[in-house]
Amino acid sequence: MSTHAEAKAEAARDRRPAIHPLYVRVTHWINAVAMLIMIGSGWQIYNASPLFPFTFPDSLTLGGWLAGGLLWHFAAMWLLVANGIAYLVVGLVTGRLRERLLPVWPRQVLHDLRAALTGRLSHADLAVYNAVQKAAYLGVLLAGVVIVASGLALWKPVQLWWLAALLGGYESARLVHFLAMAAIVTFLAIHVVMALLVPRSLRAMILGR
Amino acid sequence: MNRVPKTIPGVDGRLLVKDAARLLPDPSRRLFLRNAASVGALALLTGCGVSDSDSAERVLRKVSEFNDWVQARLFSPGRLAETYPESAIMRPFRFNAYYDEADAPDVDEDRYRLIVDGLIERKQSWTLDQLNALPQETQITRLICVEGWSAIGKWTGVPLRAFLERIGADLTAKYVHFACAEGYSSSIDMPTALHSQTQMTLKFDGQVLPTRFGFPMRIRIPTKLGFKNPKHVVGLSVVNHYTGGYWEDRGYNWFSGL
Repeated sequence: MSTHAEAKAEAARDRRPAIHPLYVRVTHWINAVAMLIMIGSGWQIYNASPLFPFTFPDSLTLGGWLAGGLLWHFAAMWLLVANGIAYLVVGLVTGRLRERLLPVWPRQVLHDLRAALTGRLSHADLAVYNAVQKAAYLGVLLAGVVIVASGLALWKPVQLWWLAALLGGYESARLVHFLAMAAIVTFLAIHVVMALLVPRSLRAMILGR
Repeated sequence: MNRVPKTIPGVDGRLLVKDAARLLPDPSRRLFLRNAASVGALALLTGCGVSDSDSAERVLRKVSEFNDWVQARLFSPGRLAETYPESAIMRPFRFNAYYDEADAPDVDEDRYRLIVDGLIERKQSWTLDQLNALPQETQITRLICVEGWSAIGKWTGVPLRAFLERIGADLTAKYVHFACAEGYSSSIDMPTALHSQTQMTLKFDGQVLPTRFGFPMRIRIPTKLGFKNPKHVVGLSVVNHYTGGYWEDRGYNWFSGL
């Protein structure tokens, strides 16, 4: 009976491990909200004393003015950091981070990047990351660590003087914080485009499969 | 009791707040969520509508109070802010205030009195000559503005701790509040007031403190953001109740420690 066969097939699909376990999906979307708040409020703070000869459009900033931006930034930082630590701890303990993201070799990355740019890179199995994905996800995790470290150095340059010193002092930590933001925003832009180009990946990040 | 001094000796009361008002956050600025629509995902945050900004603001202020608590615990009384060589001093030093440089209050040196009040034993006010006669120290430290920029300068003055001891202040009180000639105010925690680098500054870069940097006396605190370094200080109160401050009341984090 076809309905029986369909039910069996569906049951088999359900037994397959989810592409993204629940903790990954939950932390992903919490991170998405926290990141957007941090970026929007961070741009507000940047505009108060721009490092470079440009400012961010007001319509893309959060908080209305500097104090509002600061309140958002120093509230969402708790969400961002707590969520990030939870993700990293579970990912490291279960071995999922290592399994998904390692190893990644520069030659593979170049090869897959060329394939991606010429439209020959397959996304058939969403559970297996190609080398470009691995490099991008590792890179954005690293940028996340750097942005939190430089943020702490800017928040507490006296109490956490060693962290500020590690980053070359207060002014240099400002630059590092900005560059890490730029890296994350670049990742975010590509990430969103890719998710829209492969809608199954968006579905997997919501439903797990 | 414990009233913060309202009198402003030696000051032209006409200046002030016309310019201060210009920089006050306008009513729409209070709506911290004003631009939230551009960050669509925010709606997910609390489920509250974008128009519900008052409750969002309340939550944010609660978190800011939590951050005060965290920062007080991170503050190490013995940890000194980094000091720098003369060659690192920024010249000319950057002016920054909520008014234009030309509008900085002109405090009359002869009529100036520092009024001390609150939980202290000796309440007589201080002339500038009396303050200048006290032992002084010099520091070359980095001033970090809430806006993000920083500048290294050289400040000379009386350690606040020594002054508080001299006036018989209750050093177990919670706060020290500062009132300024043009209406500005700020308050700090007692551990920061007693920090060895917290200073009643009378000189800047070896010269009498110029008007633009807070003549005749400012409070210099290298472990706090710049806005917690009030200029033109005319009143000092030791109190146990929270008194906030000019910018703190408008949304800047109160502790703002570095």
